[in-house]
Amino acid sequence: MTLELSAGDQSMLDGEHGPAVAAAMKILVAFSNAVGARRLLDIAGAHIDGCLYHGQAGLDFVERLVEGGGRVHVPTTLNVGSFDLIHPGLVRMPPSQEAPARRLMKAHLELGCQATFTCAPYQTRFRPAFGEQIAWGESNAIVFANSVIGARTNRYGDFIDLCCAMTGRAPAWGLHLSDNRRGQILFELTGSFEPTDALFVGVGLIIGQASGDRIPVISGLPQPRDEDQLKALGAAAATTGAVALFHVVGITPEAKTLDEAFRGMAPEATIRICRADIDQALAELSSVPDGAPLTAVSLGTPHFSHDEWMRLLPMLREIAPGRGVPIYVNTGRATLKRLQDEGALAGMGALGLIPVADTCTYVTSIIERLDGVVMTNSGKWAHYAPGNIGVSVAFGDMEDCVRSAAAGHVVRSAP
Amino acid sequence: MSEQESRALKRRALNRVGSFQLAGEAQGSALVFSHALSFWGGIDVETGEIIDHSHPGLGQNVAGKILVMASARGSSSSSSVLAEAIRKGTAPAGIILERPDPILAVGAIVAEFLYEISMPLVVCDISGIVSGDRIAISLGEDAQAMVRKI
Repeated sequence: MTLELSAGDQSMLDGEHGPAVAAAMKILVAFSNAVGARRLLDIAGAHIDGCLYHGQAGLDFVERLVEGGGRVHVPTTLNVGSFDLIHPGLVRMPPSQEAPARRLMKAHLELGCQATFTCAPYQTRFRPAFGEQIAWGESNAIVFANSVIGARTNRYGDFIDLCCAMTGRAPAWGLHLSDNRRGQILFELTGSFEPTDALFVGVGLIIGQASGDRIPVISGLPQPRDEDQLKALGAAAATTGAVALFHVVGITPEAKTLDEAFRGMAPEATIRICRADIDQALAELSSVPDGAPLTAVSLGTPHFSHDEWMRLLPMLREIAPGRGVPIYVNTGRATLKRLQDEGALAGMGALGLIPVADTCTYVTSIIERLDGVVMTNSGKWAHYAPGNIGVSVAFGDMEDCVRSAAAGHVVRSAP
Repeated sequence: MSEQESRALKRRALNRVGSFQLAGEAQGSALVFSHALSFWGGIDVETGEIIDHSHPGLGQNVAGKILVMASARGSSSSSSVLAEAIRKGTAPAGIILERPDPILAVGAIVAEFLYEISMPLVVCDISGIVSGDRIAISLGEDAQAMVRKI
């Protein structure tokens, strides 16, 4: 075995911190051996994507850790669950599925995880810092933490994210190590672009599809309006591909220059992206034409930030939908609470707004009418919803979504 | 011995040493794929049937077989699917890979931790194993894995 355990690791493995931690360390050791890590390292925090019910084994695992007196060793946030615990009745689920789904969310809290229930933990007070070693699950959270913040995580998933949280350790492998964060494939935007929301989604879709398992570097991207545009880029890339880290020259923290992004090496390949490529990628998200009747709008995949709400609410007031097309907005409960404290949501129900916390409209049964077209500004939602919940999708930016809700059919302004 | 004779000998008398990602013993009929199979989206946990339309094994069943492939692939959700299949009894009796896989390792170890079922996960040279061969996986000296044709 090439893995060297510290005295602390060994004592956890030997059961000196209880059976739950011993089990977690055993799994972590096997995983670390499989990826060729030579040692483990300390993590400052974890994000667990374990609250969506994938079968009995997942629940059994968490229950056994709870029974074994397990507690997470580092601050640990939770990804979305199947329920909006703040708006009871919003999610419709057969009773036989309800109990295990609820229990899964609750059991994680019993392990000491934070009740964040968001796919955007980087928007909470648990946001990591540049260079910090963390163990995160959920593809958009991983790519945001690595790319936009410059924290360091691999793509941790099922079971292993929780094992890192329980032990406070992760394998010294992959993106935890500086040399492995080097850019490999260059995407050059040709032409001059305005920083529209759609641009960032389109670029994300393309680099996701074309990168494979190589780390993409993007040049020629205009300065984003805010980090939410980079959030959308990452989410799209992590949806169409397995991107865990991207660099944008002059914009993301490990890519002040092209040379820094590639750590002095030459790109292994260069791919040019022109406007037509972006338009094509975006067009493929929609399965319906302009004018198609609209049954709902869904925003907030990943979870809406406070800034995004501050852009949306004035739009709602000005355009004043409220003709029966519901506008679902997924968001973190911490963000929702802040909005409520600010009184920002007063009167919005009448305009069709339905805030959704703790979960997301494409993973669970919230949207009432699945027989029609749902419009979204999210590349990720557009990709998953047809398969997950069976709707047809139209893609457009935030304003087009709101205008469409007011019109009752799909409206897109000229690019 | 010629290359051909050597290969023929290898095929007939398979007696290989490998390493365990999860130790255990198993016997079964080999199901060999040159195309990596992802458990997530690839296996129906209720039956063990391969449901991946892009996989050449579509429609075959892994339950009780010794699954043999060069590597695994797919999302980390394959850990949950393997653990669930082991729980339900629809998983392979054992899995042999040429390259260690962290995702399947996690799934197998979690299933052992929860249900005390040790579905062996072995890393060794898979050349010479063909579908239908009866394979036995057992514990060798120094915690090594023994893979034999029986």
